[in-house]
Amino acid sequence: MTRRWGLRLVVIAYLGGLLLAPVGLVFYRTFQHGFSEFWDSITTPAAIHAFQLTIELALIAVPLNAIFGVAMALALVRGKWRGKPLMEAIIDLPFAVSPVIIGLAMLLVFGRQGWIHLPFQVIFALPGMALATVFVSLPFVVGEVAPVLHEIGDEQEQAASTLGATRWQTFRRITLPSIRWGLAYGITLSVARAVGEFGAVSVVSGHIAGKTDTLTLLVQSRYENFDVKGAYAASALLAVLALGTLFVMTLTRREDT
Amino acid sequence: MWLSLIVLIPLAAVVAKSTDHGWSGFWHAVSSRQAVSALILTLICSLLVAVINAVMGTAIAWFLVRDDGLPRIVRAPLNAVIDLPFALPTIVAGITLLSLYKNVAFTRAAIVLALLFVTLPFVVRAVQPVLIELDREMEEAAASLGASATTTFRRIILPNLTPAIVAGAALAFARAVGEFGSVVLISGNIPFKSQVSSVYIFSQVESDNPVGASAVSVVLLAISVVVLLGIRRIGKAR
Repeated sequence: MTRRWGLRLVVIAYLGGLLLAPVGLVFYRTFQHGFSEFWDSITTPAAIHAFQLTIELALIAVPLNAIFGVAMALALVRGKWRGKPLMEAIIDLPFAVSPVIIGLAMLLVFGRQGWIHLPFQVIFALPGMALATVFVSLPFVVGEVAPVLHEIGDEQEQAASTLGATRWQTFRRITLPSIRWGLAYGITLSVARAVGEFGAVSVVSGHIAGKTDTLTLLVQSRYENFDVKGAYAASALLAVLALGTLFVMTLTRREDT
Repeated sequence: MWLSLIVLIPLAAVVAKSTDHGWSGFWHAVSSRQAVSALILTLICSLLVAVINAVMGTAIAWFLVRDDGLPRIVRAPLNAVIDLPFALPTIVAGITLLSLYKNVAFTRAAIVLALLFVTLPFVVRAVQPVLIELDREMEEAAASLGASATTTFRRIILPNLTPAIVAGAALAFARAVGEFGSVVLISGNIPFKSQVSSVYIFSQVESDNPVGASAVSVVLLAISVVVLLGIRRIGKAR
């Protein structure tokens, strides 16, 4: 019995000390001087712009990754082609590679002396940041949808097509409904990553205040300029977004099982 | 197939850049004292984090799955909170830790703390499903044959969990090696003392030394690939 309590105490103390206490403290620090101060801090022109930019990047990256993630998962699970195991390993790479390296890679490909030259500015501008965000959130939808596709098998899809359904009809009526929870979970993870991305975007953005600062970059620049309160406020805003995401994650996970 | 290009072209650019000044240039950049000390610090911290995660992650998973003495109202929120590090932006994780643990800021302990925060879910989420599926009959059989609780855990439960623990710890290790956002503020980025490789790469990019940044990146990339392949192998063996 005492051993059981020992384990409980250790686990609760660990989670409390590592997760709950720090996050709680940031909220406390943010709101200890009242809500209006927090509100002023997140409604400065720079903060509003950063918020808009963060949402914009997520709106670009997440739909792209949802569509191509599903297509990729279908190709990986249903398709038969050479190099599939290699492909699966490649898909996982953005998970394991440091975001700084991803940012550096973008810089080398699209930068001034890069491999690819486009007629518009990519690096230190929105397109580059969008590309970096797409890159880092690439594996989530594939990773969540592929196992579900595996599990449901393709019998229903075959049945549908023998009954004369077109490929698009089969996908829309059979495949999509059965992968919807996996897809929802993958999209939620993508949103969290896209909103919270820091390393890759930080390399690519060039930190132009009021222009290419996202919320996460704003947190850093405020902290480094000794505006600790402002950094806490922006952090609290991001943490609220994260808690919302977490809530959706638990919901979609529960429906899944 | 275009997808593989999106992933591979940028990474190929990094590899190509790292050998811009030939093999010796690559070696020179990788073996500079600051790069080596950052890499060693990164690897030691990440290993330590993987080991702590293996122990604490298993304990947490055990607590969440098997400790039915506590009411659900206590366990369910804790279970949800495990995913918080995945949802919370890493820079926010760094700030939150910094707000509470000011006294360790800019030390190596701070780096380990930040890495523990961001890698917490890996082992828990790897072990949890295995523990749920695990047949309790085996444990009951062991207990009825006179095995103590410790013996049952060591001889019956642990061997069943080991692949999941190792896979989760390896993922945590891979993540820790590349982690940037949570570490950048809390580590203070002091060369030779608290500068990890990802921050070193960033500082090289900022000081316009793409070759040096790429060379260290290639080393980290190689580590990621090896760890990923290792996890795949464990997955197949299971």
